[in-house]
Amino acid sequence: MLAKKMKKNDIKRDPFIHLTRLPDPKARHYWFSKLISVVIALLICALITNAMAPGSFGDFFKYLGLGTFSSSLQTLRVFQDTAILLLIALALTPAFKMKFWNIGAEGQVLIGALGATIAMKFLAGTMPNALLIFVCLALSILFSIIWAVIPAIFKAFFNTNETLFTLMMNYLASGLVAYFVFVWVPNGSAVLGVINPNTHDGWLPKLFGQDYLINIITVVIITVLIFVYLKYSKHGYELTVVGESQNTARYVGINVKKTIIRTLILSGAVCGLVGFLLVNGTSHTLNADLVSGRGFTGILVAWLGHFNPFEMIFTAFLVAFVTLGGSYAGDIFRFGTAYSKVLIGIFFFVFIASEFFLRYKMNFSTEVQAFFKKIGDFFAKIFGPIGRFFKKIFTPVGRFFKKIFAPVGRFFKKLFKKKDSPKEEPVSKEE
Amino acid sequence: MENNIALQFVNISKSFGSKIANKNVSLDLRKGEILAILGENGSGKTTLMNAAIGIYYPDEGQIFVNGEEASIHSPKDAYNYHIGMIHQHFKLVDVFTAKENVILGLSKEDYKKQEEATKAKQDLKLQKIREEEGREPTKEELKKYNKRIKDSKSYNLEEAKRKIIKICKKYGFEVDPDKKVYEMSVSEKQTLEIIKALYKGVDILILDEPTAVLTPQETKKLFNVLRNMASQGKSIIIITHKLNEVLEISDRVSVLRKGEYAGTVVTKDTNEKELTELMVGRKIELNIKRPAVKNPHDRLFIEGLTYTNREGVKALDDVSFVARGGEILGIAGIACNGQRELLEGIAGLVHLDSGDIVFHNPKKNRPVTFFHHNVKQIRELAEKGALYDDDTKETLNLKGVSTKKIKEMVQKEKIMFYEDEIIDLRNKKPIEIRNLGIKLSFVPEDRLGMGLVGNMNIIDNMMLRSFRKGHSIFLNRKKPKYLAEEIVDELEVVTPNLKTPVRNLSGGNIQKLLVGREISSSPKVLMVAYPVRGLDIKSSYTIYDLLNEQKERGTAVVFVGEDLDVLLALSDRILVLSGGKVAGIVDARKTTKEEIGLLMTKSIEKQEVSYNVSQEDEEE
Repeated sequence: MLAKKMKKNDIKRDPFIHLTRLPDPKARHYWFSKLISVVIALLICALITNAMAPGSFGDFFKYLGLGTFSSSLQTLRVFQDTAILLLIALALTPAFKMKFWNIGAEGQVLIGALGATIAMKFLAGTMPNALLIFVCLALSILFSIIWAVIPAIFKAFFNTNETLFTLMMNYLASGLVAYFVFVWVPNGSAVLGVINPNTHDGWLPKLFGQDYLINIITVVIITVLIFVYLKYSKHGYELTVVGESQNTARYVGINVKKTIIRTLILSGAVCGLVGFLLVNGTSHTLNADLVSGRGFTGILVAWLGHFNPFEMIFTAFLVAFVTLGGSYAGDIFRFGTAYSKVLIGIFFFVFIASEFFLRYKMNFSTEVQAFFKKIGDFFAKIFGPIGRFFKKIFTPVGRFFKKIFAPVGRFFKKLFKKKDSPKEEPVSKEE
Repeated sequence: MENNIALQFVNISKSFGSKIANKNVSLDLRKGEILAILGENGSGKTTLMNAAIGIYYPDEGQIFVNGEEASIHSPKDAYNYHIGMIHQHFKLVDVFTAKENVILGLSKEDYKKQEEATKAKQDLKLQKIREEEGREPTKEELKKYNKRIKDSKSYNLEEAKRKIIKICKKYGFEVDPDKKVYEMSVSEKQTLEIIKALYKGVDILILDEPTAVLTPQETKKLFNVLRNMASQGKSIIIITHKLNEVLEISDRVSVLRKGEYAGTVVTKDTNEKELTELMVGRKIELNIKRPAVKNPHDRLFIEGLTYTNREGVKALDDVSFVARGGEILGIAGIACNGQRELLEGIAGLVHLDSGDIVFHNPKKNRPVTFFHHNVKQIRELAEKGALYDDDTKETLNLKGVSTKKIKEMVQKEKIMFYEDEIIDLRNKKPIEIRNLGIKLSFVPEDRLGMGLVGNMNIIDNMMLRSFRKGHSIFLNRKKPKYLAEEIVDELEVVTPNLKTPVRNLSGGNIQKLLVGREISSSPKVLMVAYPVRGLDIKSSYTIYDLLNEQKERGTAVVFVGEDLDVLLALSDRILVLSGGKVAGIVDARKTTKEEIGLLMTKSIEKQEVSYNVSQEDEEE
């Protein structure tokens, strides 16, 4: 009798939706969800574009590709933008891991660029070119470190809010740059032209005849370095502990103040490197809009990459790709400059939403579930045969590969197992 | 049959991610009875009850109230079904008085109901006057009648006070409706929570581990009140994991085990042994071992510790005691009476106002090792004349002796101490204490907030204390890995692998890792705060065994506990803290629970007296 009662009341008492937490996703599920997100985001972008300019659904993809990979120059440009974004994100990552919300990368990069410009403008001709480049680098890193370490000191000793402080430092930096440009350019146009256009003093050399290659190589090195620093160095370990819990840090005797300041010095140094690359490697000039918001986009890149330097490569590339491709498409469709930002917004939105679906299961009420089932059945009717067809084809292929690779896998497994025999030395109870 | 049942759970299931909190649990609560829900920590007691009051919505299953299926989506819904719950952490506004807290959050409908009830009651009174006394009510009486109805219509403190006093009288509570919450003791706050629930017309009251924060005396008082309530028709569920309390208070006991329903027994017909078996699922030895103290020696001298916290309250007030090697010193006291500050003060985590912490390193006529001292420190010690040469038995002079020679001598154990080493630890940072070579291990109360890092894996957590070793700028994960393997192996830590973030493990396993790490450095002093809080019975006994092992090794163990039965069974001496002061140090083998209970409340009573005096002063 009870069972009957349950059935009858089931529909009425269900909440429309309730959430259940899922266990942490596996790596392959995670990356699959990322792939799906990219596809969905692209589709939404295309649909919106189609709504604005009817019939452009296919053209959207075409121009997206044309704007990014149609020539080697464009391809290099994509990688260059990826490199700069990634570098800024890398600079922020140690601070973020420490839960120091440094949103001042914009200012830190800009002030580094100012340092490089000063050296380039006033020391050109007084020393050999190689030394000049080195001085530019040193000065930009020094400037950025100062800019990053001021909020860190205040945070460490007076517990000021680092978010507001670093934000404020951004405005100071752009104000300072605007002031110097104004002073340096006597004609009042407030546009600093290309520095040393004839002698190319202080310009980074072209590697293999390519402009941006040196940036890309730098960023590859820095990515690996930051990854190693965070994962395998004592400093990286300390800053993670400080970020997770300052109480734990005190308990095990980590100097919290020192760690905060040291980490921000690193953060600032990488920002200085970005400023140096922007001035000496790319634009060879300075204006207050040099960084153009990438200091903030870098924050998102770092977050969406879950502070993992290698995952950040992916997010940085995606942002660069969509920005460049989007602005190219936007130009052709005559949508204006905001168009690419709309696309970026859609991408971020879908990505963040995917995290939600990855971590929570939605339980719909019985009614809704029945409705979904109807839809599911419908699709199953259509796609079921296709799926079965593919299965028929690919299962033998899979078996074939398994046959080939399984012995190889076993061989490697054996090889590695021998390498670390677990019984080396028992841990001494002492020490 | 259904008329007799107040609350019924049918096949309740609830899971959080991969963790199953409840699985097909069915149990029922009869009207006017006290049902104890017994189970180890993590067996899903609280989750089940949270489903009854709408904090969680069960994944499957139904809840019936008075025989009718109930749909409870929020605590407000629960109140509509007359279900109320007293949580472990009280939900009161500190700066409000008792009565203000009680009528806080009453909705329009509540007032409407209240108005109707009052009206009906007053009507009855008037009718009584008319019928029994045969007269019309006087003007004053009618005025009073109207006023009462008006009072009950909306926010009115007078009406609230009247009703609170009525409830107090009915069930035997003692609460002053005008007292501010922050002036109340824990027991008073709890009483207030119960009154709050009763005020809203609750018939089914759920109490989540109500005695965890009470002294034995206060517990008795609470139980009296609960019995009163039950005898007047209220149904009560009490969640607990303390067996003796279950036997004392309840009519029936329902036992949960690992989220599943294990059975219900009538309290009269059962005993501790049977209940434990139901709870754990197998027979278990319930005796805590206490090995005899062997050659104790004074290890840590604490003298007049005083500490004022950020709020300006004296958390520690002139605390003095001696911790001896080879002995377990229990520290008892109501929660937040200075236990945490005391341990953190000794460990160098808080800056003390005054007092001395002196560590005696038993070094007399023993060789110097590199274990505690480096060459520079040995030179300093030699300059002070504290060392002698084992061959010549003469005071050592290391001036002009090469570092290599010293190293050689140390390795051959030729350099000896004249006396025990005496080291002042006051206001030394943890790292300084460690650099002095003192092995002081500390298992803090807050496991994931202080002792371990929840998001890091087991190996990384193992090296929290030792990662600095060596000159390399890179971490060496080899030794921590071996340590992790050893601890996981020896203490039977249940984990998928060593790379699992610690926060994903259960409380017991987390605690085993923490204690294991702290013990692995073979400490001279081991301080543990609430080491078995939230642990199942088996893990708890593992921890007790570890502490006893350390005691037999000659470690000075300081054990802060909350369960007096355990403290009495495990420790050799018990120090009772009360209001940051030492209320007494007693021999655990001779004392009783009641004596400790009295000591625990000693200075609090004094405080209350002094407060009353000051209030009178204000009135004058």
